[in-house]
Amino acid sequence: MNETLTKEMGVIEEKHPMENILRMDRIPHIWCPTCGIGIAVTSFAIALEKSKIPLDQVCVVSGIGCSGRVAGYVKLDSFHSTHGRAIPFATGLKLGNPKLKTVVFSGDGDIIGIGGNHFIHSARRNMDMLVLCINNFIYAMTGGQLAATTPLTANTSTSPYGNYETPFNLPYLADSCGAVYVARWTVLHVRRLANSITEALNKKGFSFIEIICPCSTIYARRNRLGSGLDLMKFYHDNSIIKHGANTKELDIGFQQKIIVGKFVDRERPTFLESLNDWNRKVFGDKFKEYGGPDDGD
Amino acid sequence: MKFWRKPLDLDQLEIPHGEIHIVKDRCKGCAFCVEYCPKDVLELSDEFNIKGYHPPYVKNPDQCLFCRLCETICPEFAIWVTEKQKEVKKVES
Ligand SMILES: Cc1ncc(C[n+]2csc(CCOP(=O)(O)OP(=O)(O)O)c2C)c(N)n1
Ligand code: SF4
Ligand code: SF4
Ligand code: SF4
Ligand SMILES: [Mg+2]
Repeated sequence: MNETLTKEMGVIEEKHPMENILRMDRIPHIWCPTCGIGIAVTSFAIALEKSKIPLDQVCVVSGIGCSGRVAGYVKLDSFHSTHGRAIPFATGLKLGNPKLKTVVFSGDGDIIGIGGNHFIHSARRNMDMLVLCINNFIYAMTGGQLAATTPLTANTSTSPYGNYETPFNLPYLADSCGAVYVARWTVLHVRRLANSITEALNKKGFSFIEIICPCSTIYARRNRLGSGLDLMKFYHDNSIIKHGANTKELDIGFQQKIIVGKFVDRERPTFLESLNDWNRKVFGDKFKEYGGPDDGD
Repeated sequence: MKFWRKPLDLDQLEIPHGEIHIVKDRCKGCAFCVEYCPKDVLELSDEFNIKGYHPPYVKNPDQCLFCRLCETICPEFAIWVTEKQKEVKKVES
């Protein structure tokens, strides 16, 4: 690099403040220019730092897809699982060692399409985990097939004349299945997103945050929406913050207003709490509460 | 810095200032930092980086408020800000 020019421009090279959470040796990452997934990772890193949870107690699980690459870029215990199976993998981790804070970080196609069944049942059982779902409205990595989140009329490689299938409203799905924390933000709302992730990290039970994110190369290009920057401007002009909104009313139409905010924040016994409570009731003193492997502390 | 109303504690006011760090070859030229900096501190340069993108440069270093929005919104982890040593700033009223 041209040192003189660097100095002239007032630019200095040092360590990025998040190097304790990111695997800098793997950066630059694979994501396209103006793709928003990297912003979601930053928000997560900020939230993790704020939450004060010891980093060796956090694990991140991703599935497959562009969004599914996140697990490979965080300097935490992380696993890149098979397509759609991040939630069951995280369930196994949590039950194997309940002291862990399990975070699933993956895409809409992965979590809601291929892994939809795991999603609804984990929410129903209130399995203790935080699910961060990057919603770019499409199966991006494989060339832009129609997803369960693709808005009506949007163009994808498998709906070249426009989508006629009704998409899922993710907060409504999570709410009706029993999630205890449900929020939606776009990656433009970096600060609010980071605060929301911090809040959800400190919550017990199944928490879900939908992160609306530009996919410049596939979704934006197929739909002639410009670059990721154009989509960021679109979010700026068309997002409405409405905390506590009725989740039934959160459908997203093609290039229509997007309601964001925190919609659900409630308490419900988690899977492990229910397991312990019930068995204590049935077996009395004979039951030894399950708290994970005895690691001497 | 200009104020629309002169604060009563103007003489004690300390405005934080940031020093911007850019890893030019990590940047993919998305311009998010340029677009969303509230003080118009950054601008994309004409220079090409190793990947062929135009990284930003610091156009108005004195204006930086150390809000770190550029750092937070950069999808490439290519820009960040550290707080400059505190100095008493001249303030226009
Ligand atoms: C079992 C299985 N089926 C299909 C695939 C192909 N596949 C890889 S990534 C992907 C789409 C992922 O979409 P999403 O989760 O939305 O992530 P994005 O790329 O949009 O971030 C698909 C279908 C696979 N890897 N494994
Ligand atoms: S294809 Fe889309 S989602 Fe994948 S990295 Fe590129 S812009 Fe991001
Ligand atoms: S810290 Fe804030 S004011 Fe300074 S360059 Fe970044 S966005 Fe602009
Ligand atoms: S936000 Fe990051 S990648 Fe985008 S132009 Fe600025 S420094 Fe480059
Ligand atoms: Mg997707």
